[in-house]
Amino acid sequence: MSQLFEFSVDKEKKTIHITREFAADRDIVWDAFTKAEILEQWVAPKPLKAYIKELDFRVGGRCLTAMIPPEIITRWSLQEYTRIDPKSSFTTRNSFCDENFEPLNSGSSITTNYFEPGIDKTTVRIEKIFDSLATVEWMASNGFKEGMAEGMNNLDEYLRTAVIPK
Amino acid sequence: MRRDIFQAIADPTRRAILVLIAVQAMTPNAIAGHFDITRQSISKHLRILSECELLVQKQEGREIFYELKLDKMKEIDKWLAQFRKITEEKFQQLDLVLFTIKNKKK
Repeated sequence: MSQLFEFSVDKEKKTIHITREFAADRDIVWDAFTKAEILEQWVAPKPLKAYIKELDFRVGGRCLTAMIPPEIITRWSLQEYTRIDPKSSFTTRNSFCDENFEPLNSGSSITTNYFEPGIDKTTVRIEKIFDSLATVEWMASNGFKEGMAEGMNNLDEYLRTAVIPK
Repeated sequence: MRRDIFQAIADPTRRAILVLIAVQAMTPNAIAGHFDITRQSISKHLRILSECELLVQKQEGREIFYELKLDKMKEIDKWLAQFRKITEEKFQQLDLVLFTIKNKKK
């Protein structure tokens, strides 16, 4: 089962556009993007696991996520919800912070996720705008190294075994 | 003021300069010869590209040559490729999660 996946970069506008179709109704997909217990199951690149410390889905609320066990974490991914149009779209301001919510740098990005219902499917369009190249550079050197660690595809089939009912 | 790569490539003349010097190191005069604009504005573009750390200057005799410094471009393209791959894999994980949720609802 291969779903539509589009990924394009507009360097001049510092923007990444992603379009992806999911074979589920919009209500289900919306929940998967906005509820901690579901996000934790898919949001980390394997073989990492996502730890969501807090998710307060309302405008002004925030979501704090780590990709390594919270006991040893020094860097949290912080998303602040800046706009919510229920079941249709939401916008977050994304940055990195320490355990006291002190930002690790001045960089941030703004992500808007749009959910478009279809027949037996939902199309999610994501627009991610970076504030500066410095942020992209910082991400390039700090943000995703763990995720690209060797053996990333050595999957433990976590999802398959953990969540698919017998 | 910090300049960035996006600012560097936002201008068509600067993009053209990058293309030119990607092939070979060139003097400011040789670069200016390819454009129908003042030597002064070429200098301005070269200065911006240098501040974006996309150009390096090389002294050869009495001439200064500009050449392309590619590391940053590569770094960003590499990161974008990684980000794309990670996003793709995350969504494949989400496919499985959605499949499970749908099954549970039945």
